[in-house]
Amino acid sequence: MPVSAEAAALHPGFADPVFDAQRLFRAVLDAMSHPGRIVQLSDLPDAPLPLNRTAAAVCLTLADFDTPLWIDDQSAAAEAARRHLRFHCGCSLPEAHGEAVFAVATDPTTLPPLASFAQGSDEYPDRSATIVLQVDRLSNQAGVTLSGPGIEHKTALDAGPLPTDFWEQVRANGTLFPRGVDLVFAAADRLAALPRSIRVEV
Amino acid sequence: MYVAVKGGERAIENAHRLLDEERRGDPEIPEVTLDQIAGQLGLAVDRVMTEGSLHDRELAALAIKQARGDLIEAIFLLRAYRTTLPRFGYAEPIETADMSIQRRISATYKDLPGGQVLGPTFDYTHRLLDFQLAADGGTHPEPAAEAEPSDAPVPRVVDILNHEGLIEEERPEPAEASVGDLTRDPLTFPAGRDLRLQNLARGDEGFLLALGYSTQRGYGRTHPFAGEIRLGDVTVEFEPEELGFPVEIGEIAVTECQMINQFQGSAEVPPQFSRGYGLTFGHCERKAMAMALVDRSLRCREFGEEAGSPAQDEEFVLSHSDNVQSTGFVEHLKLPHYVDFQSELELVRKMRAAIDTPMKSAAE
Amino acid sequence: MSDGTYNFAYLDEQTKRMIRRSILKAVAIPGYQVPFASREMPMPYGWGTGGVQVTAGIIGPDDVLKVIDQGADDTTNAISIRKFFVRTTGVKTTEQTDEASIVQTRHRIPETALSDKQILVYQVPIPEPLRFLEPRETETRKMHALSEYGLMHVKLYEDIATHGHIATTYDYPVKVNGRYVTDPSPTPKFDNPKMDRMPALQLFGAGREKRIYAIPPYTEVKSLDFDDHPFEIQTWDAACALCNARDSFLDEVIIDDRGGRMFVCSDTDFCTARQAEGHVGPMAGTLPGSASEEVADGVG
Repeated sequence: MPVSAEAAALHPGFADPVFDAQRLFRAVLDAMSHPGRIVQLSDLPDAPLPLNRTAAAVCLTLADFDTPLWIDDQSAAAEAARRHLRFHCGCSLPEAHGEAVFAVATDPTTLPPLASFAQGSDEYPDRSATIVLQVDRLSNQAGVTLSGPGIEHKTALDAGPLPTDFWEQVRANGTLFPRGVDLVFAAADRLAALPRSIRVEV
Repeated sequence: MYVAVKGGERAIENAHRLLDEERRGDPEIPEVTLDQIAGQLGLAVDRVMTEGSLHDRELAALAIKQARGDLIEAIFLLRAYRTTLPRFGYAEPIETADMSIQRRISATYKDLPGGQVLGPTFDYTHRLLDFQLAADGGTHPEPAAEAEPSDAPVPRVVDILNHEGLIEEERPEPAEASVGDLTRDPLTFPAGRDLRLQNLARGDEGFLLALGYSTQRGYGRTHPFAGEIRLGDVTVEFEPEELGFPVEIGEIAVTECQMINQFQGSAEVPPQFSRGYGLTFGHCERKAMAMALVDRSLRCREFGEEAGSPAQDEEFVLSHSDNVQSTGFVEHLKLPHYVDFQSELELVRKMRAAIDTPMKSAAE
Repeated sequence: MSDGTYNFAYLDEQTKRMIRRSILKAVAIPGYQVPFASREMPMPYGWGTGGVQVTAGIIGPDDVLKVIDQGADDTTNAISIRKFFVRTTGVKTTEQTDEASIVQTRHRIPETALSDKQILVYQVPIPEPLRFLEPRETETRKMHALSEYGLMHVKLYEDIATHGHIATTYDYPVKVNGRYVTDPSPTPKFDNPKMDRMPALQLFGAGREKRIYAIPPYTEVKSLDFDDHPFEIQTWDAACALCNARDSFLDEVIIDDRGGRMFVCSDTDFCTARQAEGHVGPMAGTLPGSASEEVADGVG
């Protein structure tokens, strides 16, 4: 297939690949170094369903041919989203989520157990997955209480929809430290992060 | 007003200007050109390309000129430039059996298919300064009798030996095992042979030479024979993703060394010869030979050999082989350390005071 | 304006992504050294290539950059690194600690407290705190994996047995968030307490050794010690000769060939600001600067 015809059917990537990626990275870094902090985003490029713009932008910022990326929706309806990621990031899209460096859950309620993603080893805990969860709800108004590195005292975080035992899984993930996965919550034009180092009280 | 001794922007600029002046030398004398460096200091260019991990004679010549002949500095310039280059992908493996041969010698067979080709070598020169070269205009050497490189395929000595099954077979890695790339992933230990060879290929010639020499003197002896050393041009092919088949993108000169080493055999493997491998850009024979010796030494674990010598110590060798890294860290001692030194100064004073006080009181 | 011949911040986008991914993992695992595929930079290894790559990975056009070496903005290497970023990014630079969004440093932490909006980037020569006790990476990695730090405590204890106190004055090991023993880079131990629960994000880059590590804001950083030999910082009998500060790290300056010496703040911005506020040290304005000016501007 001619590349140009395929490209014409694609959603655009970053308007400015250098500066947009830098800006988005700093937003993710801000979120990851201040777990639970809700970071506002602006001027994100459109993304094909079922990806939301925030999750897509995080992928454009961090994923490339060195990072296999797993997306939960393997259906034909999500082909445009997969093509978007393949084209703009150049990443491979494995079907098995255990192989992924990045994972995108467009519907986190069906997320496989956190413990089934790459956890890293005790020697190399960095060889672990970062999971981007698309959520509708994201606020500091209620929810669980977070504490640990990056948080001065305590902070509240509410996100959803999520699997019913999600916070229990996050707690279990924390007990594996230094192994474990890191989470990014991607809502419309804002995001928050939850690294493995954080204690969660339900 | 007191101003501490701290370099200023002007000091740096002055230093750069002085450096430029020194590099140029006497302006009455014509400036050396890149063609002259590439053509007449070709072995320096070859070394800079090899350890700089970048095949470009013109850039290497420029680096040597800019570095005032300091080859490690030139290697560094080339490496830093390499960082800015986009990566299109990996070339196909080169086929050294198809090399158009300029030089090919074996120390293990007197005569062999393809013959011994001495080529351009210092080996049998008498190291007498040639004062004719010092005379203005230099010399115009007679064209050599067999200057034409041979294009007929010349089998590799190790392959000839292999017909008898006396040398270990070099099997390609299984297809699913990808070859590592130490320019894109940090080196981790234990390292596979792929990464070890990459590291040695970039490694400092002097460092590898000393290590290779140490194995000959008994620090991890490997009983080496120079099975074959060959120098010549090979074709480089690249397969663009959209094309689906490899296309020729050029030719490069390489030096390849296959060392053949004794191996006693083990419970699983009958006695046979093992191998060490060296490969460089251009004509870097000493480096290729030293690399092959060290490669074989680092394979000690594979052969169940007792390992206790420096050249067998993978972490030691691979961590210290890179001259851009080592020159940087050694030379960084020139940078100010006065905060740390101040801390130590206070400590030494405190410790001295602690010693002096009881001595004084004892004397009183 | 930045020099258009090179990429913004020198590195290509793929390299930046690789560095950025390493930084995020480093933040998620405080104090753990993340291996990264360090590139050759246009300054030598040992001159701060790790810090430069970290800064290049994070910096954007809106950042304001401060670069210090030995606490000072005008040391040659600080000038050189600052010029590199001006040339490749065109960002605004500053000498004022509180104006900077990114501070890159070698061997000091600024005296002025850093805020939640700032990032401190350290240049690190040897990131492995256990390296001088155990040269092998395979071994030290195992020790970190098992939290087996006995060797370090034995070393510190031997100091006490020999000298009556711990004889480490810089590069003094810390434990981050109760888990990883971490190298603070060769800052004097005077600066260690500033790392504890610092509001700014601390990022560490070791280029030659190919490691990035991080300490998130408000993270507990404890200098290793013993109950009966608690950690102590250096103190001086003198005050800064220029600004009269008694709470900053002082450099000793030899002023004649008869053993005469004075002490001045190593943090030049801190010292200058104090002088501007009217603090006067015993030797402020009394010394001719001619001899040292000559060295600074001369051909040497």
